[in-house]
Amino acid sequence: MVRPGLFTDGDPPALLGSRCTACGTFHFPRHDTCPYCAAEGPEAVELPSRGTLWAWTAVTAPPPGYEGATPYGMGVVELPHGIRVITRLTVSDPGALVFGQSMELCVVPLHTDDEGNDVITFAFAPSGAP
Amino acid sequence: MSGVVISGVGMHPFGRFDGVSTTDMGVAAVRAALAEAGVSKGGFQAAFCATAYGGVATGHKVLSRLGMTGMPIVDVEAGCASGGAALMLAAGAIRAGQYDTVLVFGTEKMPKGIIRSSFFEPWQEEAGLAATPAFFGLRAQRLALTSGVTKEHLAQVVVKNRRHGVANLDAMYQKEVTADQVLASRVVCEPLHLFMLCSPNEGAAAVVLRRDDVSSTAAGTPVRLAAAVLRSHLPGAVLSESTPLSGLTDDTVPAPTTLAARAAFEEAGLGPEDLHVVECQDTDAARELLSYEEIGLCAPGGSGALLESGATTLGGRLPVNPSGGLLSKGEPLGASALGQAVELVRQLRGECGPRQVEGATTALAHTVGRGANAGVVILTR
Repeated sequence: MVRPGLFTDGDPPALLGSRCTACGTFHFPRHDTCPYCAAEGPEAVELPSRGTLWAWTAVTAPPPGYEGATPYGMGVVELPHGIRVITRLTVSDPGALVFGQSMELCVVPLHTDDEGNDVITFAFAPSGAP
Repeated sequence: MSGVVISGVGMHPFGRFDGVSTTDMGVAAVRAALAEAGVSKGGFQAAFCATAYGGVATGHKVLSRLGMTGMPIVDVEAGCASGGAALMLAAGAIRAGQYDTVLVFGTEKMPKGIIRSSFFEPWQEEAGLAATPAFFGLRAQRLALTSGVTKEHLAQVVVKNRRHGVANLDAMYQKEVTADQVLASRVVCEPLHLFMLCSPNEGAAAVVLRRDDVSSTAAGTPVRLAAAVLRSHLPGAVLSESTPLSGLTDDTVPAPTTLAARAAFEEAGLGPEDLHVVECQDTDAARELLSYEEIGLCAPGGSGALLESGATTLGGRLPVNPSGGLLSKGEPLGASALGQAVELVRQLRGECGPRQVEGATTALAHTVGRGANAGVVILTR
């Protein structure tokens, strides 16, 4: 896992977020202080795993510090509860995606680390994709 | 309250200069600005040095080379708006009566390629989520959705700025490109092609700020610093330059550029309709169009039409980036906002030759980037 505490890799997986008990906003990643109103102790929640596509592109050359494959998709998915998240997308052809289409969370391999372990991260895929 | 004038400017060209250090470039720009202002050793009481990648005590290294130390020297980092932040601090100190003359300079030597920033956590880089051009591409796509901006518009921004840059000897690229060439360059992150992105590079720029009642007019037409404002982001905008991992489904959060522009117009007692020339952040072609909307040069959604009208081309009603912009000059982060100030001072003095905006008396400079930080500077004569 690229960083513990970001997501669960169960079936289905879930993004680990938080919800402020004072102002009601949802956050990702999980925070111990609300990044909108500074209230302490937001409630730990799992974010909904389905949402809609709000913006997307593809990265065609490896950015600094990245050892995975290119091209890869990157975008913004809008989830219920008024939150938008920055995420990888499983689709790396921007022409194959449309605004507002249904997306669902999945877990994807990034690369193999020095000890031979697969490093995984979260991504969104078009709903119903194999 | 005392006014602030810019009594001297200096530049080290922007580009790639192997064997020339960050310090060397800073020294060149500082010497030129001090000479133009007629200010020598002991003639300024503070110095602010804008740099993001220069390292510890960059400003001290430059001024040590000149034996001009002893006064406070403060490095200022505010991402792409570092120079705007330094101008704000210097102007504020002069207005408050703390100093009468302050040296402000920026110097930078960026690594080649995609900017690597300690801003991102290692896991974000590892997951591929620290891809700076992808954020530019996502913002460009949103602008296409909300304002009807097309790839042709994006190409025309590049054509315009590169044409402007031909006459700028301090620019990295001094050669025109066609829209076909722009669109034939490889796609970096849809909808942005390689020629639509500026090159992080190297360079330095310096200005001497003085309280208006101590400044001599030896350097010609005095240029007044009417406003120098820095603002950061408000939380909630997922594609803000603060590059959060999440945001709210609220499209009414004002951009940092909008916050800075509003405050700068208020400070100067001017509005967008009063401007004659603008230098704005064109890190990528879409960023220039977004800047039109966020600064208020047009109504929201009107940036493509403003570009198409020719208003922002040299010879138009409100030329934007007559220097060629970052698309021609490249972007040395700490120096870029001060490079804009140098350009606009020269424009207001009527010294710009083939790229002169005739009769310009009111100018605005804008930078925005990591942090988020947005800087807006207004100059008048």
